[in-house]
Amino acid sequence: MQLLLEKRAQASGVMNLFSPLLAILLTVIMGGIMFSAMGKPPLTALYIYFIDPLTSWWSVEEVLVKAGPLVLIGAGLAVCFKANVWNIGAEGQLTAGALMGAIIPVMWGDWQSPLGLLAMLVLGALGGALFGLIPAWLKTRFGVNEILTSLMLVYIAQLLLDWVVRGPWKDPHGYNFPKSVSFEGWHQLPMWGDGRMHLGLVVSLVAALILFWVMRHTLKGFEISVVGSAPRAGAFAGFSQKKMVWFCFALSGGLAGLAGLIEVAGPIGQLQPHISPNYGFTAIIVAFLGRLNPMGVIFAGLLLAISYIGGEGVQIELGISDKTTQVFQGMLLFFILMCDTLILYRFKWVSAKTTEYNKVSAS
Amino acid sequence: MSPIEAILLTIITASTPLLLAAIGELVVERSGVLNLGIEGMMLMGAVCGFVATHVTGSPWVGVIAAIFAGIATSLLFGILTQTLMTNQVATGLAITLLGLGLSGLIGSGFVGLPGIKLANISIPWLTELPYIGRLVFGQDPLVYISIVLTVGVAYVLNYTRIGLIIKAVGQNHDSAHALGYPVVTVRYACIAFGGATSGLAGAYLSLVYTPQWIENMTAGRGWIALALVVFSTWLPGRLAMGAYLFGGVWILGLYAQGMGVGIPSQLLSSLPYVATILALIIISTNRRLSVINTPASLGQGFVPDR
Repeated sequence: MQLLLEKRAQASGVMNLFSPLLAILLTVIMGGIMFSAMGKPPLTALYIYFIDPLTSWWSVEEVLVKAGPLVLIGAGLAVCFKANVWNIGAEGQLTAGALMGAIIPVMWGDWQSPLGLLAMLVLGALGGALFGLIPAWLKTRFGVNEILTSLMLVYIAQLLLDWVVRGPWKDPHGYNFPKSVSFEGWHQLPMWGDGRMHLGLVVSLVAALILFWVMRHTLKGFEISVVGSAPRAGAFAGFSQKKMVWFCFALSGGLAGLAGLIEVAGPIGQLQPHISPNYGFTAIIVAFLGRLNPMGVIFAGLLLAISYIGGEGVQIELGISDKTTQVFQGMLLFFILMCDTLILYRFKWVSAKTTEYNKVSAS
Repeated sequence: MSPIEAILLTIITASTPLLLAAIGELVVERSGVLNLGIEGMMLMGAVCGFVATHVTGSPWVGVIAAIFAGIATSLLFGILTQTLMTNQVATGLAITLLGLGLSGLIGSGFVGLPGIKLANISIPWLTELPYIGRLVFGQDPLVYISIVLTVGVAYVLNYTRIGLIIKAVGQNHDSAHALGYPVVTVRYACIAFGGATSGLAGAYLSLVYTPQWIENMTAGRGWIALALVVFSTWLPGRLAMGAYLFGGVWILGLYAQGMGVGIPSQLLSSLPYVATILALIIISTNRRLSVINTPASLGQGFVPDR
């Protein structure tokens, strides 16, 4: 007997929904094994990790604050990956957006008006989109692989931010700390709740829902799916592959830039050397866990936000390194990809005899 | 030691991890597999090499541990992409993210501890030769291993049956399968080789370059190695040239910072990344050069017809 993969006649719809759940389950089991290998009580650790963040309003707020950028970036990346365009540099576009949007509070700190905030949001999205268009241009003009260029640009953007907050944009009254001036008044997003929830969360939700609608009910959405899954068919239908690359990078870059601006104008309130705990990379996992569907991305974003808060929780309560967060996130992507195999294939026990028979009849 | 000699020595030290990681990936890609997880495998190699060295006191045990860590990580990639037929791009990213997290977790108790450096070799008479002595006969052993590996890969790919099989599998896996070559097995072997050299490259960072464990200490070198493979148009000789060129750029930035040129250090630090993009543009504009050696089945999974 031999266990073989057999291609399904058609992709399994049940598995498409079931696979992420299976992946989460496997991640939790592996997480428990990991915790006990570290000599910690696995069930307690898992409880603190996944359930505790949801038991108090304070931590639920924190989860939502973390989910905001993940959903916003993840929704854009979902569309990108659906079209088979590989934008890996969302983290860089996030940084570029934050830098561009911060021009207003840093240069025109006195301009206090709702229009100022609006201009910041627009500039943030524009900065991310323009930065995202660099790999798009290199790809369509020179045929350079967009994975490598978009990733290299992450390092460049982060170094640029580091230079700006230590050099030209350093707060003159900041006691020499590497940070810009604090964003005040209309340069901050409206906050509510215990002072952590902000307008950006609404922006994320609305953006994801709009993209869901676009993907489902418009010609553009259809074009994205066709170009991604059957490029030749797309070409015959008159869909341009190059335009798709531009569109995807502008969209996902713009959303990542917006997310970056929202972070610095919301929870952070200034520019500083580190403005994101790898949201741009975690959003890749969010996109896959959400089935490359902007609606699914909302749920996936919430789950990965929990992994951030849970990671902080086990660090405080059990003294486990907060690196567990990244391990959980990496494992999750791993298991999703693994379980997704079951969408297109099924496992089948094949006896040695049948295999032999097939070989003979084939020859 | 003259300044030029010192600069050349540091360039070689900066280039070797790039060369080690890239030469393995070159073989992987020649067999038609795109493993984007180099950064993750390097980090796993770096942390396991450092921890093993710290525990046993022997850097060589560290080197071996790093190789095995790299192989183990690469086999995870192999199982997913070769057996479970997952998307290679996404799986490579998963390896990188997982490697980033796992290495941080494993190394969390070892941050800031002093490491043991892998000693440079020393041959009586030869190493003391003026000018060339330290350059040619006084490097650390991994530099020589990287050169031997490069020459070895070039030889195997160009002059042996195994090399032909690897290239056949990478060019057209259906034909290779029809000829009776075990496509999946060949690819597994190449992936493991890539994992071994990536682990070695990681060990170079944590045992030679800066003998300590720093979180995310690869700083994008794995991705630059990937770009180098494209830049080399899948030829080992060009790969070595590219690696030394990039090591040069890396060191140029550091030296300029040290000399206090009026350019902000962050902008100088971004030089290798800018150079990578420029190199990719240059090589991509030359269509003939970039297409001629590209493995035709690169990145495609192979499901044998049963």
